This record gives sequence, structure tokens and C-alpha cells, in this order.
Amino acid sequence: MSKHNQLDYLDQLEAEAIHILREVAGQFERPALLFSGGKDSITLVRLAEKAFRPGKFPFPLVHIDTGHNFVETIEYRDAMVKRLGERLIVGNVQDSIDQGKVVEQKGKNASRNALQTVTLLDTIAEHKFDACIGGARRDEEKARAKERIFSVRDEFGQWDPKRQRPELWDVYNGKIHKGENVRVFPISNWTELDVWNYIRRENIELPSIYFAHERDTIIRNGQLMAANEVLNMDADDVIERRTVRFRTVGDMTCTAAVASDAFLIDDIIDEISASKISERGARMDDKVSEAAMEDRKKGGYF
Amino acid sequence: MDILKFLTAGSVDDGKSTLIGRLLYDSDSILLDQLEALQASNRKNDDGTIDLAILTDGLKAEREQGITIDVAYKYFQTDKRKFIIADTPGHIQYTRNMVTGASNANLAIILVDARKGVIEQTIRHSFLVSLLGIQQVVLAINKMDMVDYSEETYNKIVADYKVLAGKVGLKNVHYLPVSALKGDNIVNNSTNMPWYSGESLLHFLETVELAVDTSTEHARFPVQWVVRPQTDELHDYRGYAGRVSSGSFKVNDKVTVLPSGFTSTISKIEVFENEPEEATAGMSITMHLADEIDISRGDILVNSNYQPLVSQLIEADLCWMDTRALDTTHTYFIQHNSKVTRCKIQETLYKVNINTLEKESAEDFKLNDIGRIIIKTADPIAFDPYEENKANGGAIIIDSRTNVTVGAVMFRNVAD
Ligand SMILES: Nc1nc2c(ncn2[C@@H]2O[C@H](COP(=O)(O)OP(=O)(O)O)[C@@H](O)[C@H]2O)c(=O)[nH]1
Ligand SMILES: [Mg+2]
Repeated sequence: MSKHNQLDYLDQLEAEAIHILREVAGQFERPALLFSGGKDSITLVRLAEKAFRPGKFPFPLVHIDTGHNFVETIEYRDAMVKRLGERLIVGNVQDSIDQGKVVEQKGKNASRNALQTVTLLDTIAEHKFDACIGGARRDEEKARAKERIFSVRDEFGQWDPKRQRPELWDVYNGKIHKGENVRVFPISNWTELDVWNYIRRENIELPSIYFAHERDTIIRNGQLMAANEVLNMDADDVIERRTVRFRTVGDMTCTAAVASDAFLIDDIIDEISASKISERGARMDDKVSEAAMEDRKKGGYF
Repeated sequence: MDILKFLTAGSVDDGKSTLIGRLLYDSDSILLDQLEALQASNRKNDDGTIDLAILTDGLKAEREQGITIDVAYKYFQTDKRKFIIADTPGHIQYTRNMVTGASNANLAIILVDARKGVIEQTIRHSFLVSLLGIQQVVLAINKMDMVDYSEETYNKIVADYKVLAGKVGLKNVHYLPVSALKGDNIVNNSTNMPWYSGESLLHFLETVELAVDTSTEHARFPVQWVVRPQTDELHDYRGYAGRVSSGSFKVNDKVTVLPSGFTSTISKIEVFENEPEEATAGMSITMHLADEIDISRGDILVNSNYQPLVSQLIEADLCWMDTRALDTTHTYFIQHNSKVTRCKIQETLYKVNINTLEKESAEDFKLNDIGRIIIKTADPIAFDPYEENKANGGAIIIDSRTNVTVGAVMFRNVAD
């Protein structure tokens, strides 16, 4: 028997993710790739190119737009879609608000983050998507650490952690009933650092807000937030110009910045390797309770 | 740098979660905000120190009951290697979750409580680890602090386990006396056990050899997707996309498509914009053949000189994973790599009592039952015996009524 060393870890993770994406293509009628504009979904797009080129993607990109995105994210998204020549579908949280399906939160900590679940489920229903590919990783959070790679959601989009299907080897069971759909997580086994190392290796372009830049900020609940019109600010908020960057790209109302001098990807990788705060630590939405993420996932959140 | 995937197995309260917590904690892999959350939690050890087990118990029900229900995956790395840990539940009720965690692992850490030694659950876990084909095992004899770090206790358990390992067919077992709670021999060598001169658990995990089988004898390539751009400039482009599940393929190799039996030669191997001469186990590639033949998802390409078994009647081991018992009159689906076809369990030969390892008659297969069956499939399956080639020897059974995965199958041989 001839033996080789294992593939290098990035090659191994990449090959696994490509395999998963191709399983989605092979098993589902109407899949979609949920694109958030963040580095994880940008990585997914790169992996999709590797899985399907020179063919077209067998799915559209779907963006749930809270209307509170950083402009840099939207500019990046549109340029990327143009370069790829793939289809983009946008679900607007503003539409859900206008239709009275959700009610905008009030007060200082108001955020549209929770509202996007409704828009997501509506978009899935409207386009009859049977599989939604997402960039969630198991190292992000404890509830995610438990989720399967093919994660079945019922008609209400709910995840039932106690009724997960067994998932053996790399055989993924994508069989579902009408109305159900599957959330698929090709980079489940990647860590934050793996994603950055991959982005560096592949020379992938990112939205500029990932890198250190100067901007007006305020301090909210002990965290650095970008000062802007969607953050309900008042006289107590002191605006200060700081050199910061963002570790995740979410809604402007709940994505905190970190003070940083990481202008280049090498700086970022050094910073994360040395850092002692997890990426989700920079998101206020997970701080609410110990089981915050599990509860949101049960309700249909990604 | 490569990746070691391992699982931890043991009975409830043997210390699996604590051991993982200790590995992460002592190797400095816990981030500050996670540590803060740990400290804020009201679950504490008796002496007031933080309970490291909370790091892996992720579900509300798990924290409430203080037990592990489903597999939790944890990630960490050292200078030498990346690690993916599957913390699996020990309770018999959750055997299917342990099987899920074990199916992708290269190594298993089986824990025993030094006060109790080898017990029924140890037999069950060792049997499952062997059934799933995990070659490398660490027997972690935990809670050594509660037996005064006694060498005699350790030796007795090692001797008992050697008998068991022989019975279930585990060849590479590494023995280690540890205290997950106190940290002895987990990351740092223990000073409490001067009689033990071996390396720590982490050191062992960092250095254990991980080779993959890349022999041409096992060259297997299940086709997942056919890439056909159908544009003007790529009008005739037709590539077979998939992942080499085992062995290796080279350009100009003669290949056979199964089950159809058509043959051709490899004209090109593509990995996105690169065109390597060879593709080995684990690589996701696009393959091109010299001849235009009918190939679609579910077919498997193999080296023509070394073909797998092809049959519609297969003897296999089955692990049943559904609360509804196996129904030998019902038509299920079987999924083997990218191939899905209908099947029936034609005959149940025996069940294994996984606590005593004795064979029993198999009138019914209920949740967590394991045993030997004969399976009949609508389309032929091209498989290798699981013990020879895991990657092409395992399949899942899906219930057509619920769409749920209800069984794990390890192919053994063609049934006659
Ligand atoms: N004295 C002692 N207690 C331990 C040790 N390892 C775990 N424990 C305790 O045993 C209990 C069960 O541990 P846990 O890690 O939750 O076990 P699991 O059910 O296998 O995950 C907890 O109270 C731990 O603090 C050890 O090495 N020594
Ligand atoms: Mg546990």
C-alpha cells in the first residue's frame, strides 16, 4: 500500500467545502447561496468558483439587506456580482417593515438584526429555495458547534437541535419534504484563522472595512461602534475619530469595531493569532444570554 | 501542517468534556471573552474552580442536565498540527450521535474512570470505535487523582483493556494515566506519577502518524456533478466533478465507469486553473476522459486494473439509528457516496450485544442495535469491504417516509 502524508490543512478544508457545494448542486432543485458581504461568504463564493468553473454557478447569490449595511459592503457586493456574471437576488428588510410583517425596534440598542430572519424566510418561500448555503462555522459559537453540515429546517425555518439527523462520513442526506429546506454549511470545519489564511493564499479581495481605517466612532455598551445615522445617537454619545477595523461585517447597529493598525492582510493574521477575543465577542447580539444563538437558530436565524 | 480529527468516548461523568476543556485551557486555546463567560456561569466545581466541561456542552438541555446529548465540535491548533475534536455523548441512548462523531475521526480517545476500570460502556465504545474502522486509540485512564495516582490501579486497567482490545480487534492502543480535572499528563507531564515516563496526551496527538492510502489499487472517484458550460468557446467541454475518495489517479490511467462498465483513459485532471498530473485521496477535482461516454452523478470511476466489488446483494454490518424499528418489508433508500438507490434489508443474520459482544438472534433491529444483515439494492453498488477501504465501504439508509437517516451500513462482502 502506498502512503502519502495528508494534504496540507488548507487544501483539505478547501476540498471538503468543494465536495459539499457539489453535493448541494447534485441533490437539490433550487439551491441558493446566502451572501452577506462578509469574509465567510466571500470565501464561499471563491469556493463555488473552484467547484463549478468554467460552468456557471448552479445557484443564485441571495443577499438579505437590512438597509443598515456599510456602504462599502454594498459596493463590494455589486462589483463582485458584475465580475462573476452570476445572478443576485436581494431581500429587503425595509420591505418587510413596509408590509407590516415586522416592527422596527426602538431605543438605543435598536437593531434590524433580528428582523432579517423574517425577510430571509419570506425570500426562501418566494423563490422556493430548497437549500441555502451559508458561511457559518462551528468555531464561532457553542450552538453552532453542534450543528450538522446539512441542517434540516422545518416549514417554519426552525432548527430542532434534539432531532438532528445522524451525519456519517461525507455522505450528506439532503432528502426533504415539501416546504422544508436545508441549510448547508460548507466551511463548518474552518476556524476564523483558517478563513484569513485562505483569503491570503488565494489573494481574495475584501470590503475595505476589514482593514484599518479612520472613522467617527462612539462607545456603546463598552464597544466601539461606527457613528452614523442608523445608530440612535443622542447628546450623551461622544463622537471621536479613531483608527479601527471590523472583524465581521454585519448590520451597522450591532457590529462593533476594534481599534487596530492592521492595514494589510498579514497584519490582520498577526493580530488574530495574538488576539484573545473571539470574533463573536465583537457582536452584541450574542451577548444577550448564554443561549442567545441557540434560541435564534431555533427561530430560523442562520 | 495537517489535521487530526479525533473523538472522545466514555460513560457519563468519566470526564470527556473536562478533558477537552483541559486540553484547550492548558494549550492556551481559550479566548478571553469565552473565559469570561465561563467565569460568569454559575456551574462551578466543588472547590470553586471553573468547570471546564461547560466549554463543550453547547445546548441548553445539556447545560441543564449536565450531560452531553449531541456531538460538539471543537477546534484548536498548536505549532505542529490542527485538531478537530468531536465530543460525543457516552449514554447508550445517544449511540447514533457517537457514531456520527466517530465516522470522520482518525483517532479515538476512550476514557475510563480509574476507580471503575473497564466497564460495560468501555466495551460498547471500543466495539463502536472498531466497527467504524478507527485505527488509532488512546485509552485515557482518568481521575487518577482519586486513586492516589496508583501505578497498580493503572496496570490492572491496562491489563484488562488489552484483553478487550484483542477481542474487538483494536491494534494500536496507547495507554495514558491522566487527571483531566487537575491537568496531569494532558498538556503537561505529571509530577504526581513519577512511575509514568511516557509523553503527555497533547504531545502524543501532535506526533502520531497520519498517513492516507494513495495506492492505485484503491483509486475511486464518485462523480458528483457534470460541468458543461455550453458556451460558444467551451462548446465541447465536459468535465466530471468529484472528490477522489481513496487511492490516486494519473493522467493516462485506464479507468472503468461503474456500474455501467464503460472504459476510457484520463485525458486531463483539473483543479480549478491548475492541471496536475496526479490526483490523490481527498482532492476535489474535475476529470476529463478521452472518450465521450455516458456518465452522470452517482457513477463511480475506478482504476481499470483494480476494480471494486459490484453487487445488488451485499452482506453488511448495520447500525440502526431510528426510534422506529427496522422493517424488512419496507423499501428504503441507500446512499453510497453520490449514489442513491432503493433497497430492502432482505435478511437480518444476527445482532451483537454491544455490552457483552455476544451474537444474538435478530428478529428485530431497534434504535442503536448493531448487527449483520443482507441488503438488496435496486441498482448495483460498486463498493469495497469497509475494513479494506473505509471511503468506499460505508453507506447510509434513509427512510422514504420521513427522509431521516435511519441506518449506517458498513459493507463487508457480496452475499451469495
Ligand atoms: N477528581 C476528578 N474529577 C474529574 C476528573 N475529570 C472529570 N472530573 C469530574 O467528573 C465530573 C464529570 O465530568 P464531565 O467532564 O462532565 O464528564 P463527561 O460526562 O464525560 O463529559 C465533573 O464533576 C468533573 O469535574 C478528574 O480527572 N478527577
Ligand atoms: Mg460531557
